[in-house]
Amino acid sequence: MNAVPKLNAHTLRADFPIFEQQMHGKPLAFLDSAASSQKPRQVLDAMTEFYETSYANVHRGVYVLAERATEALEHARERVRAFLNAPDVREVIFTRNATEGINLVAYAWGLSNLGPGDLVVVTELEHHSNFVPWQFIAGKTGAEVRMIPLDEHGELDLSVLEGIAHDGRVKVVATNLISNSLGTINPVAKLAEWAHAQGAIYVCDAAQGAPHTKIDVQALGVDFLAISGHKMCGPSGASALWGRAELLQAMDPFMTGGHMINSVRLEKTTWGELPHKFEAGTAPMAEAVGLGAAIDYLEAIGLDAIEAHEHELAAYALGRLGDVPGIKLYGPPADRRAGIVSFNFEDIHPHDVAQILDLQGVAIRAGHHCCQPLMQKLGVAATNRASFYLYTIPEEIDQLVDGLHAVRKVFA
Amino acid sequence: MDAGLESLYREVILDHYKNPRGHGVIEHADAEAEGQNPLCGDEVSIYVAFGEDGETIDEVKFSGRGCAISQAATSMLMEMTKGRTADDVASLDKEELLAEIGVPLTPVRLKCAMLGLTTLKVALHKAKGTPLPDGLAGFDDLELT
Repeated sequence: MNAVPKLNAHTLRADFPIFEQQMHGKPLAFLDSAASSQKPRQVLDAMTEFYETSYANVHRGVYVLAERATEALEHARERVRAFLNAPDVREVIFTRNATEGINLVAYAWGLSNLGPGDLVVVTELEHHSNFVPWQFIAGKTGAEVRMIPLDEHGELDLSVLEGIAHDGRVKVVATNLISNSLGTINPVAKLAEWAHAQGAIYVCDAAQGAPHTKIDVQALGVDFLAISGHKMCGPSGASALWGRAELLQAMDPFMTGGHMINSVRLEKTTWGELPHKFEAGTAPMAEAVGLGAAIDYLEAIGLDAIEAHEHELAAYALGRLGDVPGIKLYGPPADRRAGIVSFNFEDIHPHDVAQILDLQGVAIRAGHHCCQPLMQKLGVAATNRASFYLYTIPEEIDQLVDGLHAVRKVFA
Repeated sequence: MDAGLESLYREVILDHYKNPRGHGVIEHADAEAEGQNPLCGDEVSIYVAFGEDGETIDEVKFSGRGCAISQAATSMLMEMTKGRTADDVASLDKEELLAEIGVPLTPVRLKCAMLGLTTLKVALHKAKGTPLPDGLAGFDDLELT
């Protein structure tokens, strides 16, 4: 067995200007990376350099700056392709966020391919971004949505699959790779195989997966996969959808307008080639350059080192939180989850917990995490969630635990 | 307790939170509505019974779940509105409730604090046609639960 490479989070923190400040006179313990990650200087510099030296609209001008900008954007696209081990760079579509990527598939594939008697299978673990678009498009087409339930560990109960297959034609299976709420790691390759056996497409929401684990779309066997740039050290506004070329070719466009056309006549407009057919309007150019720089940054550290670091933090956090009286922890054991820990604390509302923690310099998320079906399953309106990334240090988890004792005092 | 905590979770808030006034359900209420805070999934239901004149709020109760700020604010609201007319409450300025709460709130917590008042105004709107609360005004076609 190869030794797992280690990263040094204390050293890496120096790359992140945000940590140079204090909150309420205390060191900032930022434990909300699952919502959005912080940005290293390298990403900010790459975007600034692009604006200062290479900025113009892409794919249009014949002058030097336009060529430089186009080259920078297309270089970023190639970085995404390599990051996902996609076969072809034309299969990488820039989107604003993972939500847009999933909507693209739901609309452009779903509207033409779904109808009465068809099933879209999602899970109780889905973020609203991978549930609401399917519910909406199913409503428009007459298809139905089915949910794979969770077991008591917060993991998918796949024993229901056979029953679902008897209920109708399964046309889409859409799940996340890693749950944003519980940190559960889902068996995507297995689900994709099952989907294909039903004649369905498999759509993967990798918004939480891509920041934390090496993704290989070919090994996973998926048909579409959406990533979220801002959760993986990139800027907000540039994310990507990967899809199989033959599926993308056969689909109608999602949004129409400038750039995505081949020719426009009053009688008829024809669509541009991939990926342009799905990139109407001016792209988030500097943001895409930032995403490319973020991928460089993550790969220099190593996705396996990041993953190992997060597992270590998850185990440490579950252990320390488990010692706090009145804590209820949700989700699978540390070795089967990413760096996300959801919990509730006595009968104190998560908003109150998070507010009092903020005064201790600790930033966590309190709410339903855009997972209301999951919250319903857990029988709560909301949970507290602490989430970690490559720059998270154990001292921040200690600060969280100390903060929880302060919360307890207020409500004693 | 440090100063920040002291100011937000002052004694009166915690008292209303732990011993909410008007907590419960009115069966066959004259007016009722359910409100949700989309940020945290909290829900509150408000029930109103009018007096003989059909205008004065004789009894007002709330049920649901929420954070200390939303529960305390709604509890205070029950005390503030009992005995007032529907018209009077429909035009109740949020500043009046904020003064009662008496602590500075961030925009997110402001939504927590206003959930009860908004829901009460929706209940009165449904029963009496009084104006909808700020933010919902102009959306009369909105399907209000």
